[in-house]
Amino acid sequence: MIIMNTKQAPSRRLWRRAAQCMLALGAALANAAALAVNDLPGGPAVDQIDLTPPVTRIAADQIWLHSLLLIICGVIFVGVFGTMFYSIVRHRKSRGHKAAQFHESTTVEIVWTIVPFLIVILMALPATKVVVAMKDTSAADLTIKVTGIQWKWGYDYLKGEGEGISFVSMLDPAQRAMSSAGQPAGDDYLLKVDHPLVVPVDKKIRIITTANDVIHGFFVPSLGIQQSAIPGFVRDTWFRADKVGTFYGQCSQLCGKEHSYMPIQVKVVSAADYTAWVDGEKKKLAAAADDPAKVWTLDDMLARGEKVYNANCAACHRPDGKGAGPIKPLDGSAIVLDADKGKQIEVVLGGRLNGAMPSWKALSDTEVAAVITFTKNHWSNKTGQVVQPSDVLAARK
Amino acid sequence: MSAVLDHPHADDHDHGAPHGWRRWLYATNHKDIGTMYLVFSLTMLMIGGVLALLIRAELFQPGLQFFNPELFNQLTTMHGLIMVFGAIMPAFVGFANWMIPLQIGAPDMAFARMNNLSFWLLIPAALMLVLSFFMPGGAPATGWTLYAPLTLQMGPSMDAGIFAMHIMGASSIMGSINIIVTILNMRAPGMTLMKMPLFCWTWLITAYLLIAVMPVLAGAITMTLTDRHFGTSFFNPGGGGDPVMFQHIFWFFGHPEVYIMILPAFGIVSAIIPAFARKRLFGYTSMVYATASIAILSFIVWAHHMFTQGMPVTGQLFFMYATMLIAVPTGVKIFNWVATMWRGSMTFETPMLFAVGFLFVFTMGGFTGLILAMAPIDIQIHDTYYVVAHFHYVLVAGSLYAMFGGFYYWSPKWTGVMYDEMRGKIHFWGSLVFFNVTFFPMHFLGLAGMPRRYADYPMQFTDFNMIASIGAFGFGLMQVYFLFFVVLPVMRGKGAPAPQQPWDGAEGLEWEVPSPAPFHTFETPPRLNAQATKVIG
Repeated sequence: MIIMNTKQAPSRRLWRRAAQCMLALGAALANAAALAVNDLPGGPAVDQIDLTPPVTRIAADQIWLHSLLLIICGVIFVGVFGTMFYSIVRHRKSRGHKAAQFHESTTVEIVWTIVPFLIVILMALPATKVVVAMKDTSAADLTIKVTGIQWKWGYDYLKGEGEGISFVSMLDPAQRAMSSAGQPAGDDYLLKVDHPLVVPVDKKIRIITTANDVIHGFFVPSLGIQQSAIPGFVRDTWFRADKVGTFYGQCSQLCGKEHSYMPIQVKVVSAADYTAWVDGEKKKLAAAADDPAKVWTLDDMLARGEKVYNANCAACHRPDGKGAGPIKPLDGSAIVLDADKGKQIEVVLGGRLNGAMPSWKALSDTEVAAVITFTKNHWSNKTGQVVQPSDVLAARK
Repeated sequence: MSAVLDHPHADDHDHGAPHGWRRWLYATNHKDIGTMYLVFSLTMLMIGGVLALLIRAELFQPGLQFFNPELFNQLTTMHGLIMVFGAIMPAFVGFANWMIPLQIGAPDMAFARMNNLSFWLLIPAALMLVLSFFMPGGAPATGWTLYAPLTLQMGPSMDAGIFAMHIMGASSIMGSINIIVTILNMRAPGMTLMKMPLFCWTWLITAYLLIAVMPVLAGAITMTLTDRHFGTSFFNPGGGGDPVMFQHIFWFFGHPEVYIMILPAFGIVSAIIPAFARKRLFGYTSMVYATASIAILSFIVWAHHMFTQGMPVTGQLFFMYATMLIAVPTGVKIFNWVATMWRGSMTFETPMLFAVGFLFVFTMGGFTGLILAMAPIDIQIHDTYYVVAHFHYVLVAGSLYAMFGGFYYWSPKWTGVMYDEMRGKIHFWGSLVFFNVTFFPMHFLGLAGMPRRYADYPMQFTDFNMIASIGAFGFGLMQVYFLFFVVLPVMRGKGAPAPQQPWDGAEGLEWEVPSPAPFHTFETPPRLNAQATKVIG
């Protein structure tokens, strides 16, 4: 029916439609004003129209290259379409222009093949330099493994100051809730994480990417890096931030339903602050480690002890505890079954036979206690004894 | 002239067209099959367009308003698959079916029954694809690129999608074989290859591309299928497979695929511009060579889609150089078109408007392509809205505009009536303006780092997303206008009767037959003039 109406008065209908569009536009702009938001330093700016301000040499080079290309393309564009529009204005039938008859010229064809070719080479030269620089991940001061996980990022400090630090970083759940509710707010909406990646300024940071499940994309525009994190494979990239600050990025490779909710936040700090942060993290790690005063139940100890046994003991004493050749069996061993826990603790901490059975004092009190408890209550060993970390601690003195 | 209509037995007029549903289901006539292809692709364009509008509705504001992220990912995936495999590709096959026999003076396509099969295969494939929304777990949500191992996490609709693409691929291959054989074997005497209209040339090259790469896609998705169900680990890292290998195989198909979607458009534009400039196409030979060079180069650039996946320096440099090289033959084409217009005697009916619009806006997409080809810049804008802007500039303003132009140019021949010029102009200007309102701001979003396929985004990106959404609804409205006020009227035969030669500058054998083109044309080989543009005797 609408169609019939419109057929009778298409122009009036069109105007009404245009007016409706304008109204919708007005409403939209009013709405936009209601969603007040400011630029996010290190992240997107409001209505940003160019690349993100760089904090690395590579990012600066990328932006420079982009500007160069934009200028070259702009000049060609104006040249070609200036010619075309001149022709459109002047060479029209309504102005009585008669069509010329020319339709080929080998010279012209050769010229406009060779000239663009030269321009392309001109563009490729600076780009090549940047590609080579981008790919040079050698001589890093700090190596961090980034693991894409549906839908969060795991960070492991592999080498350099802070080695051993490891944590998982995910979007602030409050922002995820805002998104579902359709009530976004805040300048760092969808960019705020619980544990930002912290790195020192002016140091070469090598990022090794991998993933647990599907491909993710580690993308931080201001650092000039984007590298896919591929399950089963490792890839690397690098950056050297030249100023401190917080820089934001997002996952760039479609990774399932929560793809838009796994941001990246990189905190670049001064060397001193970084050292302080590392110390803090190490302390936290230590604090999170087992409390030697804790009193364990038998079941908890067995579970923990099995892991320690498999990781450290099973290679020689075998998973069945029977040992092999010169390696003593644990299953049915007199020392293991002895009512005096101290005997076995002494063996584990001190070693035997000049290190043929090595000392395991590098293990924590909890680990030693757990593995002894495990061996005392596994296979045919059923002593029911529980060795507590405090026992081990006492034996160490 | 007589050869055109020469029906050896003019008295039994009836045997030509069967009537009713049999005419379409059993169709072997290239014109009927061409029409069905075009109607089918227009339908798919509308379905894909609705999905696009749903995406834009969700992205109008930050926060989730209409869809959860699962459904959003399904929408983007299905929009891509439907537009690529359901709208653009079949539409060009429709143009090929209609125009290639007419342009080379052949009575029909070489394999008429295979032609029927390649069309009718599309229907179950399209149904399976579209209806996968209603399967458990919804439609595939991997993006149209179907990257492993995300495909392994999808529900049964993934299998439906894979099967649909297999069928569409088979249809494309059959269509291509048909086109190649028709062009190589059925040209009228005197229609040498180098006198053939460029539309036939571009399609000939496209058909070879299709035959080369559709099996590659079939391989990639078959391996995905066996990874999903039969315990293989081609792309599954859990079993030692390589997800990146999928990307290499996919893009070995995917990059020629984008030229499959643009080369026939070049052919259409090369027909329209000389017609309305009233001047022969400048540099015909170099156009043919440029098309062939683009096709050949398209096989050695695929990994430019993968700069951020990580590859050795030499690999990155090679694919960067090869990609930038494509700018050269493409530039030659643009220059040739502008030179064709230069000192012509131009008029600007709707086909010409779309051709000029194509030239202007497609070239912007070409430039952004050059920028994306630079590996260091790509690191900043890969998988962002910049890429979305880029490929919509080349696929919408490129392929789709060329097809609109082709529709306005040839529909008088197809339907026998002239479209309404005023409505055509409204459609053009509306589409042009809203297209740019929609996609131009996406360049900014991409440069600012907004990743694509995001259901929700940081608030700083709000304004440009709003503008893009408003533009998208305007653009959608213009296509509804096109359907109801241009396409349906001419299909119903409403409008001024079209003369045999509606465009005084147009050349070619299609204008040697009456409007509408009779059911059978060129049943006996016509005798052609020296340029092979006119039928003599």
